[in-house]
Amino acid sequence: MSWLETLRTGVNGVRSHRLRSSLTVLGILIGIAGVIIAVGLGEGASSQVTSEINALGSNVLTITPGSSTSSTGVRGALGSASTLTMSDVSALESHVDAPDVKAVAPITSQTEVLTAGSQTATTSVQGTTSNWLAVRGRTLTEGRFIDTQDIKDHTAVGVLGATTASELFTRGDPVGQTVDVNGIPVTIVGVLASTGSSSSSSTTSDPDDTLILPISTGAERIFGGTSRNSVSSIALQADSPADLTAAYQEADHLLLQLHGITTASDADFTITSEASLIAANTSVDHTLTILLGGIAAISLIVGGIGVMNIMLVSVTERIREIGLRKALGATPRVIRRQFLVEASVLGILGGILGVVVGLLGVLYLPGLIGDPMTTSPTAAVGALAIAMAIGVLFGVYPASRAAALAPIDALRSE
Amino acid sequence: MITPPLGTPEVDVATETVIKLERVTKVYRTGSISVAALRGVSLSIQEGEYVAIIGPSGSGKSTLMHILGCLDVPSAGRYHLAGDDVSNMSETALAEVRNRQIGFVFQQFNLLASLTAWQNVELPLVYAGVPRLERRERAMSALGRVGLAGRVNHRPGELSGGQQQRVAVARALVTEPALILADEPTGNLDSKSATDVMALMGELYDAGRTLVLITHDADVASAAERVVGIRDGLLSERDESKLESQSIR
Repeated sequence: MSWLETLRTGVNGVRSHRLRSSLTVLGILIGIAGVIIAVGLGEGASSQVTSEINALGSNVLTITPGSSTSSTGVRGALGSASTLTMSDVSALESHVDAPDVKAVAPITSQTEVLTAGSQTATTSVQGTTSNWLAVRGRTLTEGRFIDTQDIKDHTAVGVLGATTASELFTRGDPVGQTVDVNGIPVTIVGVLASTGSSSSSSTTSDPDDTLILPISTGAERIFGGTSRNSVSSIALQADSPADLTAAYQEADHLLLQLHGITTASDADFTITSEASLIAANTSVDHTLTILLGGIAAISLIVGGIGVMNIMLVSVTERIREIGLRKALGATPRVIRRQFLVEASVLGILGGILGVVVGLLGVLYLPGLIGDPMTTSPTAAVGALAIAMAIGVLFGVYPASRAAALAPIDALRSE
Repeated sequence: MITPPLGTPEVDVATETVIKLERVTKVYRTGSISVAALRGVSLSIQEGEYVAIIGPSGSGKSTLMHILGCLDVPSAGRYHLAGDDVSNMSETALAEVRNRQIGFVFQQFNLLASLTAWQNVELPLVYAGVPRLERRERAMSALGRVGLAGRVNHRPGELSGGQQQRVAVARALVTEPALILADEPTGNLDSKSATDVMALMGELYDAGRTLVLITHDADVASAAERVVGIRDGLLSERDESKLESQSIR
């Protein structure tokens, strides 16, 4: 008996018990759709995290004043605000003492109210050097960034973040306009490109809502009060993500030396990798994906048991048919194949419909739950293969039982 | 009236001998109890014969039918079907023998309800690996032969009992088997349909078919050319003329 005949007989068997077949297919469908949606959610979350890390610069370290081992865990308390200075910055820029550090950007920051005409915005004003753009891995949509001449001359120029720019200048080009900060008019010379990372991230403040000034201008003309030399944080760029650990050790060692501290636990500064904060989030997402995937896998197994159950019922119910087919010359192998094909048809049908429902879910669910999801062709193809395998695997036992029936016992049963 | 077993071993297994049973026994074991359903049966049936095997229930006639039909194998003894020794064949080899050599007609018709008449008839040809078009053609001609040319696309549920049994006869014919084995073919039919089916059997006999009819009914058995009685697992050849006066069961 050819495979085509076997297939035709198998499909016939499935079609002649429509309700029962559809319920079995439904079991597989739910499992497969579940796997695709779970994988879509997981991959969506992790690709969002990856884009956030990229936005921060994956090889960037941030040094902040204060000890991470202090009891409250609060860094940058009043008394420690001045522990980082411009001399720390120049020491870190040395390629001899810190060979793995590519660039250093000191940052002073304060929240200020900006006024442009009738528009106001409360934003984080940051004073820094021309290195900032490269260290942070940012680009400009228009104009220029602050340069070394601006720092030398204490020029009142600034670069706006994309969000701030659109808040202050609803229409027209911000470049060339003036923004009032603490009574000082600052001329806007450029606008930063949006990072595209969502503002809802809890780990960082919105990188698109900011005003960048030359560090000298910030310290002397805007912020006031604090010493000209102190900075609120230092951003370090390592040569590559692989050199991040080496850069971390060099910076740590150098700063301990400069600050005259002998025990590492007494350090008056903290070095963090922002990517590592997000990486912790990633692992949470991973756990979630595994959990969801696990539930989906369990429902697939339940679906498979459904296939087996139905096939066993079908064998019992069709004992006479099996007996007759055997009397007419069907060999045990042909009977086994017939039932295996029926089980596989159920599995494949469930798989195909499951992939369709899963992909529709990936398409429309993000609109409902607000989380991004990714379509994974690997998951779709894999799920289909799994569905087929489940049909065959859970069909083997019932098919063997049918094949092993003695023709007289099968014919005799009423 | 138990006569010694017939068919004492002949030197020459002639080609026209379709069935040759030699001292066949069948013992069923259920736990520690064993029941001998056949106790040394020997029987020869030649090509073109029409033989009725008649016996009451419990006589071993179903067991004999299963062994003749290669649905079961003997516990001891030899069975040659169309020249081949089938006594010790594997399940797969027996399936092929059933497919090629035997056409079954059952009391319960045993048609598949989801298939049309011609699809039921072509089923043995499917297992024989006959190409599709030829199958259809042969199924149609077999249905024509049993007088159902106008019903080929009906499903069993849409046919009367007599028509269903005629479809079953067509299915038994379609492979051109060496032997047609009918087990109480009229057991589920009204007398009119029963007469029709028996007339059909007579036509097949006239056409040179080898027929074995298993029944408990003397009237049915009387249609056969030769009658073999079975009782308590032993065969006895009967003279047809005695049937009239003898009541079976």
